[in-house]
Amino acid sequence: MKDRLNRLGLNVLAAVVAAIFAVAITSIILLIRGDSPSFVISQMWDYGTQRSTELTILDGASVYYLSAVAVAIGFRMNLFNIGVDGQYRLAACLAGAFAGSVALPTGLRQAATILVAMAAGAAWAGIVALLKVFRGVSEVVSTIMLNFIATSLIAYLMRKSIFGNQHGTDTTTKAIPKSGQVGGLNLIPNSGGKVYGLILLSVAVGVAFHVIVNYTRFGFDLRAAGRSATAAQASGVNVRKMTALTLLMSGAVAGLVGMPILLGSSYSFSAATFQSGLGFTGIAIALLGRNHPIGIAFAALLWSFLDNSQTILDLNGIPKEIIQITEGVVVLSVVVAYELVRRFALAQQQRLVGRALSPTTPVAEGAPA
Amino acid sequence: MTIIEDNAATPAGSLGEAGSAPRGARLDPRLAVFFAIVGLALLSLTRVITGANDITSGGTVGATITLAVPIGLAALGGLWSERSGVVNIGLEGMMILGTFFGADFAYFSHSPWMGVVGGVVGGAIGGLLHAVATVTFGVDQIVSGVAIIILSTGAARYLAGVFFSGQQGGGPTQSPHVPTFASLKVPGADTFFGKIERHHWFVISDLAGLLRGITTSLTPFAILMLLLFPATWFVLWRTAFGLRLRSCGENPDEAESLGVAVYRMKYIAVIVSGALAGLAGAFLVDNAGIFREGQTGGRGFIGLAAMIFGNWRPGGLAAGASLFGYTDALQSRQGSTSVHALLLLGAILLALLAAYQVWRRHLVPAVALLVAAALVFVWYKVTHDIPLEFVPATPYIITLVVLAFAAQRLRPPAADGLPWRKGQGS
Repeated sequence: MKDRLNRLGLNVLAAVVAAIFAVAITSIILLIRGDSPSFVISQMWDYGTQRSTELTILDGASVYYLSAVAVAIGFRMNLFNIGVDGQYRLAACLAGAFAGSVALPTGLRQAATILVAMAAGAAWAGIVALLKVFRGVSEVVSTIMLNFIATSLIAYLMRKSIFGNQHGTDTTTKAIPKSGQVGGLNLIPNSGGKVYGLILLSVAVGVAFHVIVNYTRFGFDLRAAGRSATAAQASGVNVRKMTALTLLMSGAVAGLVGMPILLGSSYSFSAATFQSGLGFTGIAIALLGRNHPIGIAFAALLWSFLDNSQTILDLNGIPKEIIQITEGVVVLSVVVAYELVRRFALAQQQRLVGRALSPTTPVAEGAPA
Repeated sequence: MTIIEDNAATPAGSLGEAGSAPRGARLDPRLAVFFAIVGLALLSLTRVITGANDITSGGTVGATITLAVPIGLAALGGLWSERSGVVNIGLEGMMILGTFFGADFAYFSHSPWMGVVGGVVGGAIGGLLHAVATVTFGVDQIVSGVAIIILSTGAARYLAGVFFSGQQGGGPTQSPHVPTFASLKVPGADTFFGKIERHHWFVISDLAGLLRGITTSLTPFAILMLLLFPATWFVLWRTAFGLRLRSCGENPDEAESLGVAVYRMKYIAVIVSGALAGLAGAFLVDNAGIFREGQTGGRGFIGLAAMIFGNWRPGGLAAGASLFGYTDALQSRQGSTSVHALLLLGAILLALLAAYQVWRRHLVPAVALLVAAALVFVWYKVTHDIPLEFVPATPYIITLVVLAFAAQRLRPPAADGLPWRKGQGS
């Protein structure tokens, strides 16, 4: 227990150090151009803590969270799902077309839409699973290819003869009527708006992720296979089956990524609203949150805060793109910091074991580590 | 510090084999020429049958060269890095840095040559970052690559805002017009070959199209970049330095035991890799005459695919890049009909492969190939065009199909993607 706490403390420390490093780099860049870092921070803080911004931050975080969990599921088994981008867009497209045209009773309609999205995401990831399990194709490469193919497929599906409807300059799927939408939650009073109702879906997915990975046999097998595929196989885990299931699960969650937006604000799919890039953000957030459901939640909130509070900078003549540099540095330095912590912990463990096993120096029971 | 015993039982043979790909993967140059001629003849045949004249037109050839070079450079970058054992998924990011620095240097120095330098500098910075993260700190290479893409996208955007805002036509998302290289046109070649081309003769007109494309669209930049392919082959496969570099990608422990400075080799490889990707970015800027956000359009990833397609060999990846550049070029040249015509070519190729398998007495794959050929032929026969939306996806679909059928025959460097730390050989 003490060891675990120690480990947790080190990881949190690593994240904080990485964040400070990122702020330092950002400050240096700002100073080079002659901008004041403290001004930037105070501006972003003031703007980011306004009620209306808090609203968009929560909205954004609920989407980022789903994307990051989709990535994290794969990461737990050493599978790199770069394909969240393609999976989520295709799923949103099909689910949007479904919700706009299939009349079902309220409640059932939303549930069915979400299921369609999950199925679509899982199916697209299923191609990756098939290629990986039966043909040995690396999921990194196949997901990258499938992202591009998804873009083409969506462009094709959005033809007027299939799902497309012209709305001004935008081509969208048929609008989802009121009975198929998900209303907002009044989480922040006096903010003049409501948070995506499907933020609850994000929470539910997070809880389910935590329970499945940590408290089920499936989760145990998944983590075992992630640590060492050969050892897992030797102890009776069907690694190929686990690989396929993990990818399908990751794809199903990726399918959910677009749902808060689709059912909570856009009410129809268009390629302009559902852009690629969310999958990459998901990777960054999963890394930041160490693939842990709570860590990811914090990371998603931080990312969304940065993304939404940066808009104020342009009004003050500071290019808001600086924040993207901050985000990039945070990710890069956080993975370096985690790696250093891992090495440190490993060395510490080796030292402890070495001391315990050493025949010459007697170890006092309960000696401080 | 515990000294972990080195696995001395490992035979040193694996190092010696570092360069030799499995049998059959390396193509005899004479055979390559033969294949090129047969390929041209088949393409010509397809053109004559389908009437899709654009599949071998000079315009298509010229566009292919322009589009294939950046993909090939990115692939070459991937090759350098992965031959030293470092997977570089950040090529896309380094390419983005190359576009910004290329445009920036070219614009402010009023010289396209400085654009080339800028591309090298920008890409190399990205490569250096990747090397620090993966070699020194041992971070997961794919994770670092993704982080570098995020960082480079932001950096290019910020820097463009800082440097190009206020310049005429410039801003955070695009640069002003930058000086570019003029293409070296062989005098008279355009009209001469063009005339032959318009006759649409079998093979002869196609050859004329090929020559017209080559003689009218090459710039000094493009020629320089094309030379990097044989140069890379020579450096990596014919010099001691190259052998050392590749040995780090095959078995770094043994390389270290033989006195190779593994870290230094990996650093050099990854920085060169970034510089090549940066050149690809600068090349894009030179073609467009402008830096634009999102200009790379995923070409770093296509380069990666081309490298895998080419089995981690310079010749193979050049072929892959040409193929991808070609399908890319067809898009704007009657894409629907042109790619549709290629279906027929695909059917012919599959049938030929089936015949080859019959000759080798491998009947089961022969039948499978024949069925595939028949299916593709039926597809060609019952449709009139390929939906235009799917034309850009052609390279990716081809890559997936190739990977699905040939993944087991591909041979990446043995230690590719594995983090390695000095003095901890296992």
